Amino acid sequence: MSGIAARAAPLVVAAAVLACVPLVTRDYFLHIAIQILLWGFIYTSWSLMGKFGLVSLGHGAFLGIGAYVPALLWNYQEVTPWLGIPLSIVLAALLAVVIGYPCFRLRVIGHYFALVTLALSQVVLLIIVAGRDITGGSLGMTPKTVGHSWYALQFPDKTYFYAIALAVWVIGIVVWHWVDRGMGRAALEAIAEDEGAAAALGIDVMREKLRITVTSAVLTAFGGALLAQYLLYLNPDTLSGIAVSLQIVFAAIAGGMYSALGPTVGGLFTIALPEILRIWFGTNFVGAANTIYGALLVVFIVFMPRGIVGLVERRLPRQPVATANPAE
Amino acid sequence: MDIYLLEAIINGILLGGVLALLALGLNLVFGVIDVVWICYAELVMCGMYAIYWLHVFYGWPILLACLVAIVGVAALGLLLHLVIISPILGSAPINQLLATGGMLFFLQSLATLLFGTDFRNIGLRLPIIELGDIFISFSRLLAFGAALLGAVLLYLFLAKTYLGIAIRAIAQDREIMGLMGVDQRRIYLITSAIGGGLAGLAACLLVLQYDVHPFIGLSFGPITFMICVLGGLGNMIGGFVAAFIMSQIIAIGGFFFSIEISYVLAFIFFIVLMFIRPQGILAR
Repeated sequence: MSGIAARAAPLVVAAAVLACVPLVTRDYFLHIAIQILLWGFIYTSWSLMGKFGLVSLGHGAFLGIGAYVPALLWNYQEVTPWLGIPLSIVLAALLAVVIGYPCFRLRVIGHYFALVTLALSQVVLLIIVAGRDITGGSLGMTPKTVGHSWYALQFPDKTYFYAIALAVWVIGIVVWHWVDRGMGRAALEAIAEDEGAAAALGIDVMREKLRITVTSAVLTAFGGALLAQYLLYLNPDTLSGIAVSLQIVFAAIAGGMYSALGPTVGGLFTIALPEILRIWFGTNFVGAANTIYGALLVVFIVFMPRGIVGLVERRLPRQPVATANPAE
Repeated sequence: MDIYLLEAIINGILLGGVLALLALGLNLVFGVIDVVWICYAELVMCGMYAIYWLHVFYGWPILLACLVAIVGVAALGLLLHLVIISPILGSAPINQLLATGGMLFFLQSLATLLFGTDFRNIGLRLPIIELGDIFISFSRLLAFGAALLGAVLLYLFLAKTYLGIAIRAIAQDREIMGLMGVDQRRIYLITSAIGGGLAGLAACLLVLQYDVHPFIGLSFGPITFMICVLGGLGNMIGGFVAAFIMSQIIAIGGFFFSIEISYVLAFIFFIVLMFIRPQGILAR
């Protein structure tokens, strides 16, 4: 029991501190904080799969569906996001099953799984671009704004969205812990080590994999929907496709996908770094932030695959964290 | 038959040549080292920039610029293997894919930083061949020919030379070949250099048809991986066939619908085929 308290304590403190942020900060920092929390939530959702060796490059697809479906319904049918977001989540779950079921049945794993999901995220991107008459194509689209409204889930006052983002982020962390402590974890780790042996032990490989995939997809779509509701601007290149899929994977890895707070640290890193570099260098060096970021990513993956948080954890004296090492 | 449809089909065949050429080097690396260079199309981009700067800015003759680009990208491939791939050769294959993915970001943003997001054209216009009512671009024909030639040379190299046979043997069984006295490290380095060189060759032919910009890799990269996987890992002939199937889907789909929908069809075709024939279309 004290173990649970000890695990939860830093989280509660962190949440309490974060809840006070709007009281002391300016809009600009609040804007950055909201993005870090929402992206942190999305990265956490990805890492639910990633840490079990299910490297999906298709999360851009779920993100795109989550963002575009409610926005399109709102703009063209006046459907409230309160209905649009659940619908988009159901669609993302369906897509996860449609792609996941054959993949897991036919044992498409490793980089083949990565490439199939990569194709999926490109499909969603291209459909959004092709439907330019209603989605605005590559130029993006803006949901109709109505000012402060609970019905439309639009809040010009950033404090509201900060509270929503914080709540959603906490949900993400809770789900992470729930998966981490559940029976499914042991099963998924066994599957990541050796699928055949896991099946021989009586683990329902298909059910376990599908469950974690759908969970991950649903949360990602939810994150995408909230991101679109907050930014009130949707662009296919930043919400779907290969680029954003890779961004999700890299942030989660850079932060550390084997730790609860790792992906969030990844979000902090990927959103704060460009901002800091932009302030340092000005806008003359458009690519500077990403160049440094890309180089750091390579360093992370080659030398510290457990990410920033993984590195910190190793320095701290505490009980060894069981590892899900997807060794081949 | 509709003359425009015929033109679409012929252009599809020529596009197939370009895609086959792109897939060639990636396929070799994929087959021999069992690593997906996600940044392969970015290596091609580096080659294209090299040709652009050498030819347009420094006024070098185009052929010399191309030669330098091929050698330069080959060196880049070698460096990629030495610095990034070889330290993590023992870890899960997905890590290698992700590490080269980091390289993709790096190269893309470095190009943005150095050259900006402008579209750059080498300003060399090759003639367009008129065949009856059908227009065929000469640069595409050239790429098509180069792809064929490159494939044949690569095939001869792999089939006839000692080094080529060693490369194929390594691809079949890594452990045994070490015992047979083949230096795996050296073979991997040579393979990476050849893979890079083929990316450089692809750059020479792409630069004739397309403007170079930092994000050009994203438009060629995904389709190239899919062709390699469709053709079957390291299967050169399969890769060739897959390139032409994909290019026909793109060309004919583009004729009937739109270019985006044609790519959607190609990607869905890839996903479905991965389920039906995971070993590649020509697998027995």
